Amino acid sequence: MTALLAATPAHLTVKIAYLSILPMLALLGGALVILVWSSLLRRPLETVWITSLTVLAATAALVLSLMQYFDVIHHGAHVAIDGAIVSDGFSAFVAVLVSAAVVVAALVGDGWLQQETIRGPEFHVLVLVSASGAMVMGAANDLIVVFLGLEILSIALYVLAAFNARRRQSGEAALKYFVLGGFSSAVFLYGIALVYGSTGTTNLPQIASYLAQNYVLHNGMLLAGLALLLVGFGFKAAAVPFHLWTPDVYQGSPSPVTGFMAAVAKVGAFAALLRVFVSSFGLLRADWQPAVWVIAVASLLLGASVALVQRDIKRMLAYSSINHAGFILLGLQAGSTKGVEGSLYYLFAYSFLALGSFAVISVVGGPGDGRHGLDRYRGLARRQPWLAGALALFLVAQAGIPPTTGFWAKLEVLQAAAGAHSYALAVIAMLSAVIAGFFYLRVVVLMYSPAGATGDGAATGTIVDTVEPARAVGDEGEPVGVAPGGEAGSGAVALLEADTGESAEPLVIPGTTGIALALCAGATVVLGIYPAWLTDFAHQATLLFHP
Amino acid sequence: MLSHAYLIPLLPLAGFLVLALFGRRIGEPWAGWLGTATVAGSFVLSLVTYGALLGRTGSGREVTDVVYNWIPAIPHSGFQVSASLLVDPLSMTMVLFVTGISTLIHLYSIGYMDGDGDFPKFFLYLNLFVASMLVLVLGGNLLMTFVGWEGVGVCSYWLISFWFGRDSAASAGKKAFLYNRVADVGFLLAMFLVFERTGTLSYGSAGGGGFLGQAASLPPSTRTAVCLLLFLAAAGKSAQFPLFPWLADAMEGPTPVSALIHAATMVTAGVYLMCRIGPLLSLSHTAQLVVSIVGVGTAFVAASIGCAQQDIKKVLAYSTVSQLGYMFLAVGTGAYEAAIFLMVAHAFFKGLLFLGAGSVIHGLHDEQDLKRMGNLRRYMKLTFWTVSVGVVAIAGIPPLSGFFAKGDVLDNAFAGSLFPWKVMWAVGLATALLTAYYMTRLLVLAFLGDDRWKAVVDGGRAKKDPHESPWVMTVPLVVLAVLAVVGGALNLPGHLSFDPLRWLAPVFGPGAFEEHLSGSSQWVLGVVDALVALVGAGVAFRLWSRETERPALEPALLQRSWYLDEVTDATLGRPGQALARMAASFDTRVIDGAVTGVARLTRGAGSGLRRVQTGYVRQYALGITVGLVVLVGYVTFLAVAR
Repeated sequence: MTALLAATPAHLTVKIAYLSILPMLALLGGALVILVWSSLLRRPLETVWITSLTVLAATAALVLSLMQYFDVIHHGAHVAIDGAIVSDGFSAFVAVLVSAAVVVAALVGDGWLQQETIRGPEFHVLVLVSASGAMVMGAANDLIVVFLGLEILSIALYVLAAFNARRRQSGEAALKYFVLGGFSSAVFLYGIALVYGSTGTTNLPQIASYLAQNYVLHNGMLLAGLALLLVGFGFKAAAVPFHLWTPDVYQGSPSPVTGFMAAVAKVGAFAALLRVFVSSFGLLRADWQPAVWVIAVASLLLGASVALVQRDIKRMLAYSSINHAGFILLGLQAGSTKGVEGSLYYLFAYSFLALGSFAVISVVGGPGDGRHGLDRYRGLARRQPWLAGALALFLVAQAGIPPTTGFWAKLEVLQAAAGAHSYALAVIAMLSAVIAGFFYLRVVVLMYSPAGATGDGAATGTIVDTVEPARAVGDEGEPVGVAPGGEAGSGAVALLEADTGESAEPLVIPGTTGIALALCAGATVVLGIYPAWLTDFAHQATLLFHP
Repeated sequence: MLSHAYLIPLLPLAGFLVLALFGRRIGEPWAGWLGTATVAGSFVLSLVTYGALLGRTGSGREVTDVVYNWIPAIPHSGFQVSASLLVDPLSMTMVLFVTGISTLIHLYSIGYMDGDGDFPKFFLYLNLFVASMLVLVLGGNLLMTFVGWEGVGVCSYWLISFWFGRDSAASAGKKAFLYNRVADVGFLLAMFLVFERTGTLSYGSAGGGGFLGQAASLPPSTRTAVCLLLFLAAAGKSAQFPLFPWLADAMEGPTPVSALIHAATMVTAGVYLMCRIGPLLSLSHTAQLVVSIVGVGTAFVAASIGCAQQDIKKVLAYSTVSQLGYMFLAVGTGAYEAAIFLMVAHAFFKGLLFLGAGSVIHGLHDEQDLKRMGNLRRYMKLTFWTVSVGVVAIAGIPPLSGFFAKGDVLDNAFAGSLFPWKVMWAVGLATALLTAYYMTRLLVLAFLGDDRWKAVVDGGRAKKDPHESPWVMTVPLVVLAVLAVVGGALNLPGHLSFDPLRWLAPVFGPGAFEEHLSGSSQWVLGVVDALVALVGAGVAFRLWSRETERPALEPALLQRSWYLDEVTDATLGRPGQALARMAASFDTRVIDGAVTGVARLTRGAGSGLRRVQTGYVRQYALGITVGLVVLVGYVTFLAVAR
């Protein structure tokens, strides 16, 4: 039997094909093993075992995707499974990023499950499945496969969002996400149909070659299809004006799920978006660039300015993630290799910042994961120096301050924008970063100001002054579908002056969350001081972009 | 060992990290011992590296060690910077004395900071300072040097305002920070200019592809501009006229800080920078002239102020400014070796004097006023003798190190032809007279005469008797005293088999000035120097050993440091405040007006905004649909328009 297989040349193809989907198989396999094992046991499996298995599967996926990366470096990119999946530097980069994110998310999830005393394998299984969807999106070579990946990613996420059955908000968030996600998926699917109708194929390289060989005179249908695809991707990536679900869902979902969503869903959506738009529709660049420009500007400005008036840290970070989406779109708008490199770098940096931030939030939220008002963070540094230090690091990095990955990420996409002569966009992005810097640093100042004090420090005083305009704007709505609570005047100012008296109860950092935080912080600082490795990686990922 | 030079700054940095994470848990005194051990470790490493470098010859003595590619090449501009270290005679000389002195002062601080509530934090800052300083001197390009430059700046700020509960300490920290900020603009502009003209920031002096190797091919105006901009930065860091007032205020920090940062190491960074760009500086006569005039002017002005100060640390602070002026005089006349020689010798004796002053302050329970000291010779024998050694050294009395170091500078000023009529030399000599005078005054007021401190009543009861300091404080004093005595041997005329400083010459390029005085004129000048020093010391002894109040000799002009603070306040401070007020009123009227307007607008439309973010799914779907319609409308427009 072995001799027979070795004799046929087809064996070689099969082997390579497996390598290109092995990372996804590792994640799915891990999920299956956990499911089967836990259902065979009479008593529920200890969470620690489930977490270990998940981390093991994700680490295996990480190793396999690195192997895939080196295979691509040495033997070149290739397609597999009849052109449905492509194995190139880009897909390897996405696979590495997603598997690393799963390691962190599983650890954070473990801490949260312990805190909430939730048992059972579902959380980790759903994380693994969802992540494999994001991986498929990164490696998809066909619009249908992109859609497949999108659905695998999303459906697991809908369930994850609803995971905290004890909180009404969690279920509400999941329902909203589900309904709107279904809506956007339909739009996306319709986009695929239109593209198929006008080019006769859904295969990405074939679309590209069709466009290269034929000049489509009346391309209204094709462009309409492209617009619908953009809506679908824009929804998952939380770009304005398809972002409306973001604050509610980010706030309502359990915090570790929010972190996972912010990291992995964005990675999947942007990976597919970059591949489809830059490689398949690269020739139509001039048509889609203005649209992306507008979406990017809207995301940058709306994300940064509305985040300013939030009183809930999860809502604030939801708007901040909209702002980050705008930054990542900068790379797409450039439409160049450099742009793709910048976006990939940004995704890598942001994923760990988001995971880390929401990990801290899930600890500070306390049992029940319900207390996320910014006033919870006043004086946190005195009570929990490590936790406050970690969050400060993640926020400072998100603001783009060196020596962190956040700085290099912004530099990379801005370089790409400047290289594509999108100077106005680059300037707007920097301005939005200035605005964003304010609300990130406000939390840092809050954490490091004394718990009971009311604006005694000069810094606090300045902030109260500056926040004043927010008074008029107020919070922009409560997550629950009732009229926004509270008078507008009790906005951001109030929390800076109020002493909540909540500080007495101690916070417990679960060990696994601690490890996850250390991983995220390590990645942020080490890659920030030594950026060459990641820039090289992102660069290689784009060089091998075309199969 | 040469390729492992990165370990030298890494060791104190590791100490910093450990202290930052676990400092509080380690506590007193082990945090101090940990800090001391890391710095001592890097001293040992530098000794080994120094030895390895001595074993080489010629261009082999310049080793650039690229630790890693720091800023990957940026397209279009080709901007690329490596985290690289430059190991050469100049940087190693600096590293050796920085780590050596730091070790001693770390040790001393264990005793001095004893009982302070923030004991671990002090060593945390101190270790970060040493790491930054080592990056500064070892950096292989301007940007690396700048990283260290800013690092020492921020540590200096933290340490000056270490006791930030005191208003004066907090504002002194701010003052130092602001003065340095102003000066750092020069550094930044210089970097921009250098990169724009040469396409690189690395030094690479001996044809290593750096900008110093291209110095000769640059237009003269560029050379002058780069040198002057860097000199602006150097004048800030090294407290030269008119940017020196911050250094006197910096004495608010703990005394070991004054000794380490504001006397021995950080303030010499400016001198180091000018020596580093020696190959460039030697090619610009304008810049050389500016550097030497500012240098000698500062030396004289600061020495004159030092004659009238009452605070023991302020005397030493102005004396530091004055000695730094000497170093810049040497740099300006092209005598880089002399500058480095004086820098090293100065680090020994000024470190010694500050630690001695610290010992006095410690022994007298935080008394700094010279007029309230006296007769401490009886109570603090060891401190008295070691400080005396320091005073004799800095006064320039042979055969201690100060005599040779200062003599070198003055000889070069005498032989130089940059400025006519030997004016530089004459002013330098006058400064030497003042130096001997004010240092002897300090010694006499503090250690001789009556026990004036007994008359001071503190909170209703007389002070306790002064006491000698513990061994961790006196050992560094003794070591530094020995170094201050023998330090002169570093650059003795005539060729020894081992030439620790003469080997620096290749670093400074062919343009460096070679002193060409005959042996006899060297002897004559040496005798003149010695006589001037003895006269200054003698006069001070006669004037101050009996009397402690001589208002005629302490005019307000000198006490108030030539009214420089007042002048700065009038010319910059008040217009600055007026500008700030204008900006503030612009802010409240125009910007806030606009903001309020917008806010009112938003509130009006606020219900509209809320209607968008209601929480109702149908409205969110509507939002997506609106976006969708707009997008499709846009592409339809595109398709139809074509």
